[in-house]
Amino acid sequence: MKLLKLVPDETNIKFLKYRMPFFVLSLVLIIGSWVAVLTQGLNYGVDFAGGQEVRMTFEQQEEAPVADLRRLVEGLGYGSPVVQEFGAPNVVSIRVPLPAEAEETPGAATEIGERVITLIESEYPSVRTDGNETVSGKVAGEFRQDAVIALLLAMLGVAMYIWIRFEWQFGVGALFALLHDVSVALGIFAIFQLEFSLQIIAAILAIIGYSLNDTIVVYDRIRENLKKYRKMPLPELLDLSVNETLARTVMTSLTLLVALLPLLLFGPASLFGLVLAITAGLFIGTYSSVYLAAPMLIWMGVTSDSFVPRETEADRQEKKALGQL
Amino acid sequence: MLDFPLWKKISLWAITLAAVFAALPSLITTTGAEWPDALPEPTVNLGLDLAGGSHLLLEAESEEVAAQRLENMEEAVRSAMRQAEPRIRIGDISTANGRLSFMLDDPADIDRARGILEPMMQGPNLVREWDLRVVDTQRMVLIPTQGGTANAVNDAMESATEVVRRRIDELGTREPTIIRQGDTRIVVQVPGLEDPEALKNLLGQTAQLEFKLVDEAALPTNVQAGIAPPGSQIFPFAAGSDFEGQSVAVKRLGGIRGDSLTGAQSGIDPQTNENVVNIQFDQQGGQKFAQLSTRNVGKQFAIILDGEVLSTPVFREPILGGAAQISGSFTADSANNLAISLRSGALPVPLTVIEERTVSAELGKDSIERGLLAMLIGSLAVIALMIATYGRFGIYATIALVFNVLMLLGIMAVLNTTLTLPGIAGFVLTIGAAVDANVLINERIREERKRGRRVVAAVENGYAEASRAIYDANITNFIAGVLLFLFGTGPVRGFAVVLVIGLFTSVFTAVTLTRMWVADYLRAKRPTDINV
Repeated sequence: MKLLKLVPDETNIKFLKYRMPFFVLSLVLIIGSWVAVLTQGLNYGVDFAGGQEVRMTFEQQEEAPVADLRRLVEGLGYGSPVVQEFGAPNVVSIRVPLPAEAEETPGAATEIGERVITLIESEYPSVRTDGNETVSGKVAGEFRQDAVIALLLAMLGVAMYIWIRFEWQFGVGALFALLHDVSVALGIFAIFQLEFSLQIIAAILAIIGYSLNDTIVVYDRIRENLKKYRKMPLPELLDLSVNETLARTVMTSLTLLVALLPLLLFGPASLFGLVLAITAGLFIGTYSSVYLAAPMLIWMGVTSDSFVPRETEADRQEKKALGQL
Repeated sequence: MLDFPLWKKISLWAITLAAVFAALPSLITTTGAEWPDALPEPTVNLGLDLAGGSHLLLEAESEEVAAQRLENMEEAVRSAMRQAEPRIRIGDISTANGRLSFMLDDPADIDRARGILEPMMQGPNLVREWDLRVVDTQRMVLIPTQGGTANAVNDAMESATEVVRRRIDELGTREPTIIRQGDTRIVVQVPGLEDPEALKNLLGQTAQLEFKLVDEAALPTNVQAGIAPPGSQIFPFAAGSDFEGQSVAVKRLGGIRGDSLTGAQSGIDPQTNENVVNIQFDQQGGQKFAQLSTRNVGKQFAIILDGEVLSTPVFREPILGGAAQISGSFTADSANNLAISLRSGALPVPLTVIEERTVSAELGKDSIERGLLAMLIGSLAVIALMIATYGRFGIYATIALVFNVLMLLGIMAVLNTTLTLPGIAGFVLTIGAAVDANVLINERIREERKRGRRVVAAVENGYAEASRAIYDANITNFIAGVLLFLFGTGPVRGFAVVLVIGLFTSVFTAVTLTRMWVADYLRAKRPTDINV
């Protein structure tokens, strides 16, 4: 049987030839993402903003009366709600953010939720309530805080591990690549104003995991080649390492993509954001492993000596003693 | 590397089959079939987002506990001073700023007063619950200690959790989960409950029932202006009661609480045709109530529920039987709710719902179906890609993949973890991670072959060299997963659980099991060339 080969046996693509332009691009992406996050803000879902979100199905209608619902809920006086189609034309999600003055009132979110549901159910008796979530301002604040802590600790934790397993330059390179990945993921959510919920934090941690997986595979090969080809210039060696792992990178990304796509297309609507973020992360992570994590090593002065045990003071003393003999 | 002695093979298969066997109950019950009762039955719990149900996070207002404690202490101090021989006279009592302070009329009483109060400052287990200070020779100040307040809050939360459990049991819902979280929170999860309105009403009612004498000397104009006479306090009438919108002044002390009841039933008063709640005091409460009513025949008293006055009847005669009737414009539902709440005891502290998540069973079922369908399509695509790319080695990877999913499910069942909607995405990522291990290994074997190594050496090297990166990648993912578990909540935790357990099963199946099968193949066929 002839086996499928996605990548030819011998590739020699000069990935790192354009490392400067790509580095600049990465910086632009990082900065642009943060500008977007800071100016546009993230579209917080109930988890992080507080307030209430209800999912309803209009069973006897083809399409949900989105405009009517918006007007109806707005009439309650909690500001303008977000009314979105959710998975099917007759399914909607209605989100009412917590008014700023109700942030401190613990029961406010629940009360808003009750009023919204009662109102819509009385106006449309045939509607089916599929799910309802209310989160008070205090709990939302805790979720935001925990999310930031989890992301920072995860990035630092894995960078530390790589530092221990490889060398400090590798730890810094990986950390920088992760910073890029997380920033761009946040930027995408800010620019497209996709709903940012607890699930997305899970997705970003999955992206961190996946991107690092890629980085480690490339780094592992770099370490191996550094020991093998002591005289090869570093840029050339990095290119070689990336090329050697290219078949694996393509194959893994592709399998993960074919596993994720059905979930994106046919999966539950409430998982869409999470799966979308992970899918985007697949590309971001692969890019950053090749164009950020690897060239960072050049700039931080990794040499073939990095993995040779360094000569310590004791060694020198010993040599000296031997020389004197 | 390719050496597998018999004992090793047997133990690997034993581990694999044990985990797969543990997954059977979960698999069989999802198809709707019955699992034989005689066999052990650890199944994966479905999270509320898949099974349908309500999740409520309740928070106690702990300041209320402190306030209540201060009030109790005031009453205790008053009665202790009154009962001292000879009586110690005190005045200018204040509970401002969270501390109790009062003046002794005669500074000479200071040592006697201290002697009486000192034992009251100590809680159980020799914990000092109050600090006693003397200011300006005749003013005594009682300050609650931090430990004392923490103890009181803790006790209140313990009994609040118990009360919540009793109230939910009264609703007859099945298998609720009720656990304390942190210092002042309680998580309530009720599978299958789609309309938590009744539950929320029930839990939102503190059901602190009080009977207090109306201060008949208070000037109505002052009362309406919110100015309470000394020793009295003002309560508003409850919405729906006869005097809605008005207030009444009642004597602060000397009333009794309705927390010593043996029963409470809703009913209808045959004379007025009103919805009422009939209550029975326990023996002690009955005596107190008898005393109160005997001493105050002809006087008006207020029935106060959670800080609102339901009605202000008059004691027409001493009530000695320990039974009383509460009326106050109830509907049949609200009378029934109050009866349940009173039966299950008053909440020692008011609870507020600060987070609520409800999912209908229908939506949950739909999520599972769509999730499984997507997983199935995805797995088939991955399998096709793997076999097309790596041939025989792809088939090994595929079989490992099937075992991986089954083992993951089995271990989750044994550890009694919960599968949530994001957990389904976790399954897909685990499949990806497992396949990545096989891709790394197989690509490495290809490379080693290209460099001209013989088959056995190439396979050995492939596994050895690829394992390094696989372990490093899995350990870093483990770090990220554990952090997600520690800082995540609810459904997101379910994602972390699948991810972390999946790391172990995928290394086991994708690296160890496939190596055993490849070794068997190489030994049996001794191929001189492999198609990889």
